[in-house]
Amino acid sequence: MLWSDLEKFGRSFDPWREFERMERVEFPAVNVWVSGDHAVITTEIPGIDPKTLDISVVNDSLMLRGSRQAEVLKEGESYHRSERWSGQFTKTLKLPFPVDSGKVEAQFAKGILHISLPRAEADKPRKISVKSE
Amino acid sequence: MTDTVREMQKKEAETPETGERTRACRIYAPLVDIIERKDDIVVIADMAGVDEKSVDITLEKNVLTIYGRVDAYTPENHRLFLSEYGIGDYQRVFTLSDEIDRDKIQATVKNGVLRLVMPKAELAKTRKIPIQAEGIGGVLNLS
Repeated sequence: MLWSDLEKFGRSFDPWREFERMERVEFPAVNVWVSGDHAVITTEIPGIDPKTLDISVVNDSLMLRGSRQAEVLKEGESYHRSERWSGQFTKTLKLPFPVDSGKVEAQFAKGILHISLPRAEADKPRKISVKSE
Repeated sequence: MTDTVREMQKKEAETPETGERTRACRIYAPLVDIIERKDDIVVIADMAGVDEKSVDITLEKNVLTIYGRVDAYTPENHRLFLSEYGIGDYQRVFTLSDEIDRDKIQATVKNGVLRLVMPKAELAKTRKIPIQAEGIGGVLNLS
């Protein structure tokens, strides 16, 4: 049986992949958005079992853990291609400021995890009033 | 015991030969697993941000195109602090063999994972050929 992908480059050499290799990040890749008193972290982890998802926050450090099972193949079944990841991941992230861990919220939809992290009150910049004579 | 995950990068898809898309966003090739089973072929594609309403699967002649539309989900009033991945649509194109029964392809999307089950056409299924024993007929008459 013939399977072919309409790829211009063969699997042995792909100039784009070589370029990307220089920028490997720890799985899973995250994007972090920040405002004065709030941070948002997004990551793409499709097919993850939400029960295995573990998010823990301490001060300005966030740890993300989760796992996804590989397909179990029966006798006589075989992979033609296996590009998707499986197994457990752990990722630690340093945030730009300490976070109020009691107010952290997370949503997981369509395979995207959104974490909302409000800045810790004690860490917010305080306006210092100047008393003048 | 679970293994640690191999590092994965989001791979940019090529500009399709048919021309540019009208949507001005990046396009990525989703990672896929392709499994051949006894009666069907299963294609599993990771397309985070996609649900059953935003995925398009088209089969023209024997070219299968998977397209997933992703809406940008960047928060307002925030600046980008760290960017390890890009957000965009997904596309991947496959050439199918004649062994697939095109009318019976089924697709489901759950948690950003597309699952295509493509039953093999009757001819492609391996058939076990029953063997009948050829014996000596008749009854032995012992007299």
